[in-house]
Amino acid sequence: MSRIGVFICHCGENIGRTVDCARVAQSLGELPGVVHAIDYKYMCSDPGQALIKQAIQEKHLDGVVVGACSPHMHEKTFRKAAAAAGMNPFLCEMANLREHCSWIHEDRENATDKAIGLGRFIVEKIKYNHPLSPIFIPVERRALVIGAGIAGIQAALDIADGGCDVVLVEKEPSIGGHMSQLSETFPTLDCSQCILTPRMVEIAQHPRIKLLTYSEVESVEGYIGNFQVKIRKKARSIDDTLCNGCGECQKNCPNSKIPSEFDQGLGKRTAIYVPFPQAVPNIPVIDRANCALFKGRAKGVKKVVCGKCADVCGRKAINYDQQDSFVTENVGAIIVATGYQLYSVGKKQDSELLCGYGEYGYGDIPDVIDGLQFERLASASGPTGGKILRPSDHKEPKTVVFLQCIGSRDPAKGIEYCSKICCMYVAKHAMLYHHKVHGGKAVVFYMDIRAGGKGYDEFVRRAIEENHALYLRGRVSRMYRNGDTIRVHGFDTLSGEPMVIDADMVVLATAMRPQPGIASLAQKLSVSYDQHGFINEAHPKLRPVETNTAGVFVAGACQAPRDIPDSVAMASAAASKVLGLFSKELLEREPLIAHVDTATCAGCFHCERVCPYGAIVRKEIKDGRGRFIKIAAEVNPGVCQGCGTCQATCPSKSVELEGFTDEQIYAAVNAL
Amino acid sequence: MKIGYYPGCSLHATAREYEESLKAIVSILDIELEEVRDWACCGATSAHATNRFLSVALPARTLMLAERQKLNRILAPCAACYNRLASAHHAISRDKKIAARVQSILGSDFDNSVGIVSIAELLSEVTATIRQKAKAPLTGLKVACYYGCLLVRPPDVCGFDDAEAPNSLESIVSAAGATPVKWSMALECCGGGFSLSRTGSVVRLGRLILQSAIDAGAQAIVVACPMCHSNLDFRQNAMNERGGIEKRMPIMFLSELVGLSLGLSPARLGLDRHFVNPSPLLEQIGAAKTAQTRGENA
Repeated sequence: MSRIGVFICHCGENIGRTVDCARVAQSLGELPGVVHAIDYKYMCSDPGQALIKQAIQEKHLDGVVVGACSPHMHEKTFRKAAAAAGMNPFLCEMANLREHCSWIHEDRENATDKAIGLGRFIVEKIKYNHPLSPIFIPVERRALVIGAGIAGIQAALDIADGGCDVVLVEKEPSIGGHMSQLSETFPTLDCSQCILTPRMVEIAQHPRIKLLTYSEVESVEGYIGNFQVKIRKKARSIDDTLCNGCGECQKNCPNSKIPSEFDQGLGKRTAIYVPFPQAVPNIPVIDRANCALFKGRAKGVKKVVCGKCADVCGRKAINYDQQDSFVTENVGAIIVATGYQLYSVGKKQDSELLCGYGEYGYGDIPDVIDGLQFERLASASGPTGGKILRPSDHKEPKTVVFLQCIGSRDPAKGIEYCSKICCMYVAKHAMLYHHKVHGGKAVVFYMDIRAGGKGYDEFVRRAIEENHALYLRGRVSRMYRNGDTIRVHGFDTLSGEPMVIDADMVVLATAMRPQPGIASLAQKLSVSYDQHGFINEAHPKLRPVETNTAGVFVAGACQAPRDIPDSVAMASAAASKVLGLFSKELLEREPLIAHVDTATCAGCFHCERVCPYGAIVRKEIKDGRGRFIKIAAEVNPGVCQGCGTCQATCPSKSVELEGFTDEQIYAAVNAL
Repeated sequence: MKIGYYPGCSLHATAREYEESLKAIVSILDIELEEVRDWACCGATSAHATNRFLSVALPARTLMLAERQKLNRILAPCAACYNRLASAHHAISRDKKIAARVQSILGSDFDNSVGIVSIAELLSEVTATIRQKAKAPLTGLKVACYYGCLLVRPPDVCGFDDAEAPNSLESIVSAAGATPVKWSMALECCGGGFSLSRTGSVVRLGRLILQSAIDAGAQAIVVACPMCHSNLDFRQNAMNERGGIEKRMPIMFLSELVGLSLGLSPARLGLDRHFVNPSPLLEQIGAAKTAQTRGENA
């Protein structure tokens, strides 16, 4: 006969308001096998947990049912309490009387009856529980960081400085990400490159960091502590062991008219190029789509059309025949830090959910630019050498209109979220413009100013009060070319007046979106993402840098719009999670996983086909004398996530999921 | 293709040439128009400015008649009629209370099953046919495509083209061989029904539209709305008097422009009914001649 203890929690008013907890305890106490049943105001509090521990010891309980909140919330708490009292933690289970009962019902009588039912369900189940022991798996103390913007750089440095090896993968030819493109940063106006480039150099020189630029993750296999990651190293057409970054090839490349990605199309680059002078590594790459030699090859021209870069390279580092190559890295944890892209303002969109802003003429009117383009205009390393000159005629614009919330907070255009950084960088742009163009007029159209952050609101006030930016609360309906200027039609909702402004340049603060390709990367990593493509965190408040896949963490703007301080904080948080994981030689996992009874398994492998995690392995079964009998299924305990799909599929009932065996489920259902 | 047809009041009055040209081109484009029998006024501005329910119930009656005639969708060439019919359809499908009231006032079963298309939507579907049958493509003719307020907005109600940067008229005009210009007033208001009560406003708005088309290098403006046509065509003398736009710009209905490219004569398309005479322009591009010599035999 079981000796079960039942503990009903009021959760303050949360359960107690709708459920008569005393009646629930009394009713469950009458069930056969229940020897102790009480109710208490806060079961998760210290005195509440003490009640459980005391009862286990005094009444020699062999099962504990806590009727309280969701097991997601406090199952760990109560299992720990049970273990502290000497009980196997897996003999303690929770009945969810809050999310599944009190929060969703109003009628006290019915809610109490339902709570009793939910409690009885678990009481009957727990009679069939048996002690389980945690699983231990070895950990490869080496981390993979995907993306080498500021978040990836910070995470890689933190892990490497913590004493563990890091593989840092970046798809672009240089690390640095969007931060390397910025001019100054809010709210202190320190130069972005000045604070970033020392860290980039540190990455390149760190003995514990293996840097793979111009590379992408091809496939991911394995599980927490034991991932195998295949990485594609795209062909640079340069032998990076020979190149010393002298730059002769760039100087001699005949095609110098290619819009530079780094300068957001405002500057030009050559076909063989280093994205920017401070690039790490300082090794060029040949853009095969724009290189005369490769274009000639693609057309089938036999003659070698060009070869100037190879001719001038003193180190003979140019290799036109280089192919993509693959490396496989074994790592124990992965941090995703792939960052963001900007909402494309033009009519062409990569997603059906977005429709762009045709009315703003972006793409048609050269002096309508986006925020990153303005950064390049304001940057000392930019195409204008830091002078604010408009793209069409390189004249200094006397009036610049800034539009906030382009894409963001506009469900009609496909994005309902706030991009968070735009209020701040627009204030910064207005300030930089005022500093660089004396007598220039900055006009900002905004919906709301969201400047939550240390020194943030003060910064915006400074732009308004000291730098005389004219802030107008309202939207711009459209704009069009009017001779030399752009006529901007807006509305000032505070004065109730339509505004028509002739601007020399317009800057659109476009929404932040995750990088293209995030969905396919997320699928490779088995992590979930929201409808916009942002990676989902495991819990929005309590587990912000973990994902729903154990061992995969997230940092920076690939999870949600983030500014630099947030990205860096998240990256350090993710790094500390990884270092925590690597602090033990063996990793402890919950034993709630599937087991196959190889005696009855017929080897049909339906389970293998349905397992979403690839946890089923094929095992040869031999008799005592080593003679082959059959091939049966077995579960890899490191990979199994305990979803139970195999259990439901097995035709011979040879698979059982620990904690949710058929016996337990039938007993529970029969109790209803 | 067979489609229901709701002419509305204008196509039988101030915009006769719109109906004439429409009927002339649909036969060439293999479209059969079946007029909704006993149709009534769409309510226009007056209804929705005074009584919201009336503004839904009036078009609903026409939609009910079309349903009885077993029409899947109806063409409303007038942009205002189109907008009222589509708005009523939208309101009835979204709002159960309105749907129930409409049902009771109509006193008849009504499923709101009839779709409404504008001329821009209909001709967008047959641009390939237009291109193929354009015997006299309007090569070299630069036109400004003018949508006005009602053809593509509000997006929830119309929704077949981008409400802020539409492109359907441009694609039709291109199919007819003409060149659409890039200009900035395609979606501005022409003054609409204020033509008589606040003529000054209509003239002021029209002047901005005309000037923008002239600046963009257009030789004509193409419209898909009788009200826009009347305001832009009829008021050009006043625009000159009060704003000094000396140039006269022909305003053509979309159906007229397509008709010219199909080789129909200007007279058959009703182009002789306009205040601003399009003949000099047509002669300049040779359309009239081609049409007269080759079109009428077809």
